[in-house]
Amino acid sequence: MLKIKNLESGYGKLRVLRRVTMHVAGGEIVTIIGANGAGKTTLLSTISGLLKPSAGEIAFDKQDISRTPAEKVVFLGCSLVPEGRQVFSSMTVKENLVLGAYVNYRRNKRDRVKTGLEKVYGLFPILKEREKQLAGTLSGGEQQMLAIGRALMAEPRLIMMDEPSMGLAPLIVKDIFSIIVRLREEGNTVLLVEQNAKAALGIADRGYVLETGRIILQGTAEDLLSNKDVQRAYLGRDLDTETTL
Amino acid sequence: MNFDLFFQYIVAGITYGTIYAVVAIGFNIIYNATGIINFAQGEFVMLGGMTAVTLLRYLPLPAAVLAAMIITMLVGGLIEILFIRWLYKPSVLRMIIITIGLSILIRETALHIWGEGVKALPYFTGTSVSSIKLGGVFISPQVLWVVGISAVMVALLNIFFSYTITGRQMRACSVNRDAARLCGINAKNMVTLSFMLSAAIGALGGCIVSPITYVQYDSGTPLAIKGFTVAILGGLGNSVAAVAAGLVLGILESFSIWVMPAAYKDVISISILLLILFVRPSGLFGSKEAADLKEF
Repeated sequence: MLKIKNLESGYGKLRVLRRVTMHVAGGEIVTIIGANGAGKTTLLSTISGLLKPSAGEIAFDKQDISRTPAEKVVFLGCSLVPEGRQVFSSMTVKENLVLGAYVNYRRNKRDRVKTGLEKVYGLFPILKEREKQLAGTLSGGEQQMLAIGRALMAEPRLIMMDEPSMGLAPLIVKDIFSIIVRLREEGNTVLLVEQNAKAALGIADRGYVLETGRIILQGTAEDLLSNKDVQRAYLGRDLDTETTL
Repeated sequence: MNFDLFFQYIVAGITYGTIYAVVAIGFNIIYNATGIINFAQGEFVMLGGMTAVTLLRYLPLPAAVLAAMIITMLVGGLIEILFIRWLYKPSVLRMIIITIGLSILIRETALHIWGEGVKALPYFTGTSVSSIKLGGVFISPQVLWVVGISAVMVALLNIFFSYTITGRQMRACSVNRDAARLCGINAKNMVTLSFMLSAAIGALGGCIVSPITYVQYDSGTPLAIKGFTVAILGGLGNSVAAVAAGLVLGILESFSIWVMPAAYKDVISISILLLILFVRPSGLFGSKEAADLKEF
């Protein structure tokens, strides 16, 4: 579904991504893990069109999108849930969701907006309760749900999420991750970027490890979970010291 | 000071205050969409008034006003497309210089087209001497037109921003540009639209006020200063507060004539502008935290 080849990207003269090559197949949950500053957000921003790559290819459904601006990428069926939620804070929950469905307004499919709204409310009943509340007054977890809901309103085939667990209580993180699993069961494809490597690998099919702009490891989620380097660097376990205990 | 005179001052204050508010709303719409102050906003007001006066030779008054709004709107859109759209993340200073440059350009063009003559639209109803007696106060019917049309305009703008998908898109862009783009909203088009909307609003303001204040090629600048003061006084970006702040400034100015020579009227607004910038840059109704986050 998504194929990236030798992608290089960054901000101005600062190069962040170096020759990143990866792919996501339809129906998969793929996760990208890595520490702060590894380039995870830059990667998603570049795919979504917010940033222009300096070199390399991004193909979505075999169509080159490396030069496509963000507002057009959404129309192709690829949505990003940005880092830090980025809800429209001074607008109501419902307005946020309706704006998420702008794609369907443009296609003159207003009935899809309504069904989309029902679907999102089904997924996150709390958003229905808070429908008329300003998005900025929601709790962090609710804002994250709103951000996911807003992206879903565009009915994407690939949904990319940038650190959905950031700053949330563990119980809420569990909720969010179970929703991601449910999204996949309903036929969506998910590209998940996480610092919370354990949780992300726990639900993913495959994963990539990004370090200083390079992909240094890739494999199935189980392989990565049992990989010593991954355990030491991202799961907070040191097998060597554990065995001596 | 007797009671009737007091109300006479109030009415005069409300009239001018309304116009200031209309100009300030023009500032706010562009500020919300782009984070910049369009210093050519006063020129939109002048352009609207001037164009309507010219078109009046060929069209009846309402059609001339409407056509002037549309022409000014197109000029606003054209200016954005030619001078602003292609800039990549321009600095605030650059934008200030560009919009000031544009205001000079429009002013000088207007001087070439219309000359230095002072022009005015006729009173919408009645003449300059007709008045309506309300209690003990004499009100020119044009005052009612100014206040009425402005009130309708503010109400329509509110409906536009709250209930239409385009209005919501514009708000979304002003709250969070990147997130709006991720929803498929073309942020650049929204900026063009905000210039067009501001220009049309400015033009309407120029038309309704021109019977009272007259219009000349350079009458935009003083109005822009007043409008800017009001926008700052209310808190940049907040159009409801701009109406309140406009009335405050209009009434203050109007009463200043009572204690000071009329020539000092502008001193009031400039003093208020300086005072508010020193003491409370976020404006009377703006939140301080929100102001801290803003670049300008």
